[in-house]
Amino acid sequence: MLNGISFALNPGGFLLLRGANGAGKSTLLRTLAGLTPLAGGALLWDGAPALADFCTHAARVAWLGHLDAVKPALRAAEHVPVAALARVGLEKFADLPVRLLSAGQKRRLALARVTASGRVLWLLDEPTTGLDAASVARFAEICAAHRAGGGMIVASTHTPLDAPDAQELAL
Amino acid sequence: MRALIAQDLKLSLRQGADSAAALVFFIIAGSLFAFAVGPAPGLLARLAAGVVWVCALLAALLPLDRVFAPDFEDGTLDVLLLSGLPAYEIAFAKALTHWLTTGLPLLLIAPVLAVMLRLPGGQINALLASLVPGTMIFSLLGTFSAAVTLGARRASVLMPVITLPLMIPALIFGASVAGSAHPAAAFYMLGAILAAALPLAPLGAGLALRAASE
Repeated sequence: MLNGISFALNPGGFLLLRGANGAGKSTLLRTLAGLTPLAGGALLWDGAPALADFCTHAARVAWLGHLDAVKPALRAAEHVPVAALARVGLEKFADLPVRLLSAGQKRRLALARVTASGRVLWLLDEPTTGLDAASVARFAEICAAHRAGGGMIVASTHTPLDAPDAQELAL
Repeated sequence: MRALIAQDLKLSLRQGADSAAALVFFIIAGSLFAFAVGPAPGLLARLAAGVVWVCALLAALLPLDRVFAPDFEDGTLDVLLLSGLPAYEIAFAKALTHWLTTGLPLLLIAPVLAVMLRLPGGQINALLASLVPGTMIFSLLGTFSAAVTLGARRASVLMPVITLPLMIPALIFGASVAGSAHPAAAFYMLGAILAAALPLAPLGAGLALRAASE
């Protein structure tokens, strides 16, 4: 159960959720996505209740959960367009079945789906798990590009990210 | 929704064991009756339509625990629910995929079992006609119970217990189409069940999916 949480995110904003394991970062992200219902309080989008219609809210959100949601039997290019694969540096692996990819590569594939979604609000649960240093740097660039286009990001992470102007919320 | 159906069909083609197992089960279970009851043509012929229906029902149950469970376990269900597609459309797409990969193949192979069980030739068309709405009802109600039991600890035990009673009305009317003096009456009842299940089962399944992902 989370209590007394309040924040506002403007276009281009980046909110980092910090907290120990089990502090409720994932629960907060699921609540922001509308998957887990609010027990109290309000979630507003442009001043209006965000969850009045679940599908409307879902169409604003790109979701990266702690699971990668990729199918081992499908090829990487069957998950996302090749252009999105190139953004996370997976274009060479487009025709490989996902079961042959490493954990970090699967994470990048899941990240590629987020970048290809075209949604405004990215909700990312531990997006850098399993990523190497180069991929973390690339992830920071992807985030910066999304924010430059007016997009918003809420992410939980333990790794330090190159985003000096990010807001932080300690749970 | 079309993309979701295409992806699920692709997955089931590449992991074809589930659908193939249902078909093999259908044929083996049906021929067990011939061994148990004996080859007397009169008795087998009287039982044949009912046996085909019961075996089709049980075979359709087999792949149900893989309808939502893989998506639930690997996080795809959250992504699907947040895709902007209403939950009932996701459930409908899954029911359609289940029918295309299980119901339709059962329908195509049913004449073989019917002939093995010595169903009179004139009744085979009636049996197939009854299995068309029948297998669709199996897919719709089956998908509903797969969604309801999603995340339950003993889902594979719970699911037949929930599904089978739901299927009884369809079984009663469906199995009586072949060999009945007035097949139209039973067939219309089957159509009525399908007409009720078509909107209600995906709606209920959609609600269950939302609840399972909380």
